[in-house]
Amino acid sequence: MSPSLTQGSQHRWLLTLLTLTVVLLSLAPSLRLLVEALSDLTQGGNAPLWRVLQSASTWRALSHSLYTSGLGMLIALALGSLFAFVITLTDIRGKAWLVFCFMLPMMIPPQVTALSWLQLFGPASPLLKSIGMAPPLGSPQPLYSAEGITLLLGIQSAPLVFLALRTSLLSLPRELVEAARISGARQNQVWRHIVLPVTRSGLVAGSAMAFISSLGNFGIPAMLGIPAGYYVLPTLIYQRMASFGTGVLAEMAALSLLIGVLALAGVALQQHWMGRSRFGLVGHSGRAHDFSLGRFRALVTVLLVSVLLVILVAPLVALVVSSLVPAMGVPLNADTATLNAYHEVIGRQGATWRAMRNSFWLAGGAAVVLMLCSLPLAYRLQRLPARLQNLTLSIIELPYALPGVVLAIACILLFVRPLPIINVALYGTLGLIFVAYLARFLVVCLKPVSASLAQLDPSLEEAAQLAGAGPWRRLSTIVMPLIAPALFAGGLLVFLLAVNELTVSALLWSAGNETLGVLIFNLDEGGESVLASAVSVLVVLMVASLMLSLSLLAPRLPKGVVPWQG
Amino acid sequence: MAGLTLKQVTKQFGEHKAVDGLSLTVEPGEFVALLGPSGCGKTTMLRMLAGFEQVSGGEIHLGDQLLASEQHHVLPEQRNMAMVFQSYALWPHMSVADNVGYPLKLRGVRGADYQRRVEQALSLVALEPYAQRTPQDLSGGQRQRVALARCLVTDPSVVLLDEPLANLDRHLRASMEHSFADFHRRTEATMVYVTHDQSEAMALADRIAVMQAGKLVQWATPETLYREPRTSWVASFIGQGSQLMISTGAPGRRLGGNELMQGLASPAAQRHQAVLVRPEHIQVHPEAPSEQDLTARVERQTFRGERYEIHLRMQGGETLLAYHPHALKLGQQVALTLLEGWCLEPDQ
Repeated sequence: MSPSLTQGSQHRWLLTLLTLTVVLLSLAPSLRLLVEALSDLTQGGNAPLWRVLQSASTWRALSHSLYTSGLGMLIALALGSLFAFVITLTDIRGKAWLVFCFMLPMMIPPQVTALSWLQLFGPASPLLKSIGMAPPLGSPQPLYSAEGITLLLGIQSAPLVFLALRTSLLSLPRELVEAARISGARQNQVWRHIVLPVTRSGLVAGSAMAFISSLGNFGIPAMLGIPAGYYVLPTLIYQRMASFGTGVLAEMAALSLLIGVLALAGVALQQHWMGRSRFGLVGHSGRAHDFSLGRFRALVTVLLVSVLLVILVAPLVALVVSSLVPAMGVPLNADTATLNAYHEVIGRQGATWRAMRNSFWLAGGAAVVLMLCSLPLAYRLQRLPARLQNLTLSIIELPYALPGVVLAIACILLFVRPLPIINVALYGTLGLIFVAYLARFLVVCLKPVSASLAQLDPSLEEAAQLAGAGPWRRLSTIVMPLIAPALFAGGLLVFLLAVNELTVSALLWSAGNETLGVLIFNLDEGGESVLASAVSVLVVLMVASLMLSLSLLAPRLPKGVVPWQG
Repeated sequence: MAGLTLKQVTKQFGEHKAVDGLSLTVEPGEFVALLGPSGCGKTTMLRMLAGFEQVSGGEIHLGDQLLASEQHHVLPEQRNMAMVFQSYALWPHMSVADNVGYPLKLRGVRGADYQRRVEQALSLVALEPYAQRTPQDLSGGQRQRVALARCLVTDPSVVLLDEPLANLDRHLRASMEHSFADFHRRTEATMVYVTHDQSEAMALADRIAVMQAGKLVQWATPETLYREPRTSWVASFIGQGSQLMISTGAPGRRLGGNELMQGLASPAAQRHQAVLVRPEHIQVHPEAPSEQDLTARVERQTFRGERYEIHLRMQGGETLLAYHPHALKLGQQVALTLLEGWCLEPDQ
């Protein structure tokens, strides 16, 4: 090889090494899980996989999982498509705000959603007490039921349907609609004959996503189901691990494999339909279609706003009210209103500060590390042949696509023994949660960076190369400044997701190492609903402000990076 | 400044040969165009010159230095070339002055020297007032000129231009053609210009390499290319004209009027030689033709300002393009005098 090639190849080898490392780290937990779950199969009936498959509780939890996720998907489908069709197709006003408010439930952590709904119903609800509508003492909390779980799963995953359908609608060329209009079709005919058939695959893909997300959800079935003794697969694993510890790891691995396979089948279905939704539509797209609502506009606006009032505003108001009363069951009025809970969580509760500090360190650290990795990684990936690139991306996506509980079990398996050679034990430390976050959220940071990089005109870099800039120089002076907004957005998204994360940390935390998500969960479990509400209000404020700052970045980002902006 | 030598350069993408055994010698300071329809391999050739693509076979030399062969590849950043891209490739996060000065910074030029050279480059393209703007604030033509200024700021040994006028409107093209010619005159840089537009190539280049399906078909000055195209395909690609089959002549020969008209009079079965007749070599006589005359019927005419383009059909069915100062009647029979023709090689 000639000497002139060495600089270029040194750069390529370093990046390739990084890519390989990342791929191995992404793959390792899943492989470890697979090995554990399939171990001892030769023992026949005694192998962990068979034991799990023969247990009645497994099948009960599986049917519960399918029931709640399936029904939740239908609710998500109804809500998501209503909002997507109205907001994307019609001339309704205040679209940006409607989208933002509709997307908010997706970004609010599930344990906070569950907590706020719990404050809305039941005999002890401070909000119902305050307005004198509380049911008599001793009447049941209606949300502690399969239907309660279903409703909340539906609301939480409705934005996924909304997003998939909205993307599909926005890619529908305006000319297709106009051609139908000029052929004599009325608005509702255009909708039935053109819009609906063309966007059907978007609907299916969105529903599949809602189903997978509900299947892996831990916060909602944990807070609503465990008190009622209603277990789904993720909560079953949690319950077993909490009761029996690492002794049942092999069986938990087998259970995890079961959910993992279900989730990945859903992902495959969704990818298949997503691919079909892009059937070579030509023409100018990316604009809303402005169907005129005419005299129904006020009516439709009222409908959407009242849905938002029910699914977003009412529970959040209940949450705020609960955080302002001295104790559960006390009505809120001028005499009872108090900020004690806030004083308590911020001033006195050592655990709150600790959990906040832990979550901020974990989320901030993960965001920074992943931002540092994403640019060189995306840069190297872009230069791979298309098939290899897709394969690598799928591997990197695996820890995110799998339900959090599965990843947590896999990480425990991988790190339950001290690491060889360096002899460091990660199990029972924040380090384990950190590693799990890195694996889980890499794809969240990588996707915007990759999208932005793919949009970059290659000649910009070629021009710098001809001007005499070597590979590192090009990366730092040309590519980096142009990708910076996407990189920053990726980091912010990671922070947003990681700081409220519950599913992974619920299984990985240990005393002194709790996270913000675990804190809310524990406070609620310990009957401290008022304190939990106060922490949750702070969390919602943080989520909303992070989302707003991402919205401000949006004009400088490639389309689709900020999920709630078209 | 140095010349370029290409020896049997080949580029293979899988089974497909994008460039196939191309050999050329570009003199120092020459302005050369690579001309051909889209997909003929001209852009691939340019990217091999720049070093963005590796050659699959053959060699590229810059002066005495070997730039590329099957085993050897000098990276683009070490070739001391400059390029104007079709999309201009101006870095949106830098001001106009920073864009132009970037290659200087990489060469360690700093301080007053840096300022002076950036200003000089900008003044050459008449853009000094725009130094602090961002590229997004400029019009298409201005962006093009920034890209040019960035090219010349470091005195590169070769300037490559990849269809630089493709994104401009027709009016702007004419004035940019002028500034390219001016730029070449002042800098005396060796320039390689890729285009699919034959009039652009003819207007600008000292010599043109016509490419077809990865192969070099003809390498000549614009005038030679127009007057003496080698093959039937080149003749139809460059300029206007009609191709007729005649019974005399041989490829590469020029025929006078008499010989041409006689060759045309033979029975169709004997006419095997393709000949190119340019419209300026056809005289049209609108008055009623006599028995002996070569005649044709006016099929269609297009007003071009200074003249009419007359599309004629001869008795044997061949079509001819001629010029005439006045409009004729459609369907009218006219007499023709052919002044000269150029015998072509058949296409491979």
